[in-house]
Amino acid sequence: MRKISILDRILLLVTVFLAAYQISYGLNGLDPFPTWSYTVGFGVLLVASLLLIILGFEGLESHIVVIISTLIPLSISLGLITEHFSRFTSLYSAFFIVGFFSVAVTRYAVKERTATIILSAIHGIAGVLITLLPVILCVTGDVSPGYILVGLGGALIGLGGLLLAFLKAGKPILPRETILSVLPGLLLSMTASYLIGFLLK
Amino acid sequence: MNIFSSRLRIIKRKYLPLIKSLQTALLLITGLAGYMSARCPVHNIPTVLGLTGSLLLSISGSTVLNMWYDRDIDAIMPRTSKRPLSTGETKPKEALTFGLIISATGIGWALLLDPLYGVIVFAGLFFDVVVYTIWLKRRTAWSIVWGGISGGMPVLAGRVLGAGQVDWVGITLALGVLFWIPTHILTFSIRYHDDYQKAKVPTFPSTYSFQTTRLIIAISSVLATITFGAAAYGVGLTWGFLRLLAVLSAGLFILAVQSLRSPSERITFGLFKYASLYMLSAMLLMFLTGF
Repeated sequence: MRKISILDRILLLVTVFLAAYQISYGLNGLDPFPTWSYTVGFGVLLVASLLLIILGFEGLESHIVVIISTLIPLSISLGLITEHFSRFTSLYSAFFIVGFFSVAVTRYAVKERTATIILSAIHGIAGVLITLLPVILCVTGDVSPGYILVGLGGALIGLGGLLLAFLKAGKPILPRETILSVLPGLLLSMTASYLIGFLLK
Repeated sequence: MNIFSSRLRIIKRKYLPLIKSLQTALLLITGLAGYMSARCPVHNIPTVLGLTGSLLLSISGSTVLNMWYDRDIDAIMPRTSKRPLSTGETKPKEALTFGLIISATGIGWALLLDPLYGVIVFAGLFFDVVVYTIWLKRRTAWSIVWGGISGGMPVLAGRVLGAGQVDWVGITLALGVLFWIPTHILTFSIRYHDDYQKAKVPTFPSTYSFQTTRLIIAISSVLATITFGAAAYGVGLTWGFLRLLAVLSAGLFILAVQSLRSPSERITFGLFKYASLYMLSAMLLMFLTGF
């Protein structure tokens, strides 16, 4: 497995600081539900980046990493729904719960192939929502155009999620070394896109 | 100039390694965080300098005295056998004199700054050197409780200097450090189990078992996060900082549970590092609240 480099650690450390800023200052003024949804999403990003710095890429081997990482797109998409499309809160909360537990259970209970399909579906739906909802909001004029960067973050998280999911399934889209070498940069770009997008809202 | 630089080199070689710089820095930060948590005016430079100087000297002094007393077991353990007292680079009498002078200076400075603050700083040194190191460390694995109490004294002392009294927030902050200590020390005792066995120092892994030790680490991590959460609320952290502390606490909890479920050296030492980062972050949040 590829060793984590100094540059990887620096990129991850910046990700930690950006996520910490977003949690501490970037969510002020929101209602409690979206606040906590975004907090969980950025919190998992923060802790995951910290653990990668401490444990190296070997930390990705654990099932628990895959399960907990699912919370990033699920929580951020839940935050977007509850903030901007609150009439769908109950429906999407149900999807959140079912989706998260499906990923958790299938990691341990069924074959890797089935588990990967479930994981890709949940990541895919959440990722598409994070990508498209900001675009819709920008087009309708509900938010300023800079908010589209949140959508870019969604596209990046979808890409990262799929790369990791297929890697775990033993059918990597890109070579393992390539995925691991772009992962810290991908996490940083994603977090920075979210943060700037939220700031420009 | 040459004499000056050669003396500096001697100090760097013989005396600085006697002060565990990272541990001392972390404890010093807890003291500063305790002070700032009382929302003292940060421009009160003389008090901040007095707090920093007196705590730095007292904590360093107690570390030097610990190393002086433990020089025999340090020489046995591979991890510590390169320390200057073990290698003979520093003579025991030199280390004892150095430790006593900086301890006395630190305590004296602290007493001059504020008597109650000074008493608490002295209590920290007394618990660490006399109760933990000299009396209990070689007798029982439970000595770490006293090590934990002494570790909680800098934050309590800082809080007392800022608030002017012992209050529930200060005691809760000290309790947080006390509960955090097992996460820090016990992961260390798992990693260096063979070293401690060789030196015949009783530890939780040798007295009970690795699994029991990991369970205690998980429980103490939960208690530490709850206690720091209560203290943070009492200090008046903003909701944003409270959320951030909750996230960091969740990370500590998950790692502790993972260490219990799938024990490995990597996870154990990862927990040790995360616990240190957690403490540093929690204290920085308390510190920033003072501004």
